[in-house]
Amino acid sequence: MTDEKAIKIPVEATHIMMFARSIGDYSPEFHDAEQAQQTDAGGIVAPPTFLQSLAQFNPDYFLRPKPGEAWFGSGKEPSGVVGKATSSGGLHAEQHFEFERPVRPGDVLYATVKDGDSWVKESKRAGKLTFSERITEYRDENGELVCTARGVGVTTERPVDQG
Amino acid sequence: MTLKASEISVGDTFEEVLVEDLKRTQLVMYAGASGDYNPLHTDDLYCREAAGYPGVFAHGMLTMGMTGRVVTNLFGPESIKKYGVRFTNQVWPGDDLSGKAEIEAIREEGGEMLVDVKLTTTNQNGDVVVTGAATARVDP
Repeated sequence: MTDEKAIKIPVEATHIMMFARSIGDYSPEFHDAEQAQQTDAGGIVAPPTFLQSLAQFNPDYFLRPKPGEAWFGSGKEPSGVVGKATSSGGLHAEQHFEFERPVRPGDVLYATVKDGDSWVKESKRAGKLTFSERITEYRDENGELVCTARGVGVTTERPVDQG
Repeated sequence: MTLKASEISVGDTFEEVLVEDLKRTQLVMYAGASGDYNPLHTDDLYCREAAGYPGVFAHGMLTMGMTGRVVTNLFGPESIKKYGVRFTNQVWPGDDLSGKAEIEAIREEGGEMLVDVKLTTTNQNGDVVVTGAATARVDP
């Protein structure tokens, strides 16, 4: 029933705990099953931005080093990629989540990603800005929609001026 | 305890300190948990000598995650229907961030009571780093 290109995301309590810590959120809903039961959440739930960790489950995610492939972060040299590094790689411009229900440990979600609109703008601080939109749908094992995410990325002509 | 619709009014504001003196370690934690290992957020040498930035800076999604705490603390993480942001300025190690939520509407839709909230996160210089909006389900 699932799209073969869909990315499978088994949602686990430990991952929710690590993610919550990483955003500085120590609420019981994210950390302790027994305490979470005493809250309105009735058990552990994921923080609203948790599904961004889709990156962990995407086999082709480009911002993760892979065996046998050059990685653009530093090692012996400031960048592991010979020649000019990706000096003005993509930045995140917008992110939106719309939930049909909360995400909980034990959920197995399937994410499908498609491209949305793209547009260009001029800016003083970083030159030409190219925006592109990506829509990600997260469905459960029954094919029910759980979340729709819309991200807007921007690539800049040069690094953003800090002046 | 989360707020009920009867306990809030349009125009009410709530503020929360999201982080003081943001540490590079927090960026590493976010990279590890989210899977976004872009060296722009964890690799100072790469930033300075290859990418042309003064150093590492926070993932936008870390700021969005921290900002989300303002809403989840008010209404509970299970109640969030919508949450969206626009990233307006970069966030750097050492920054102090504070998040503000303003109640924009309290309404009924499809038999549910909903609250719409406007979000603004500001750094120690008063620069807005994130603007956003959220909708949460509330008890009457």
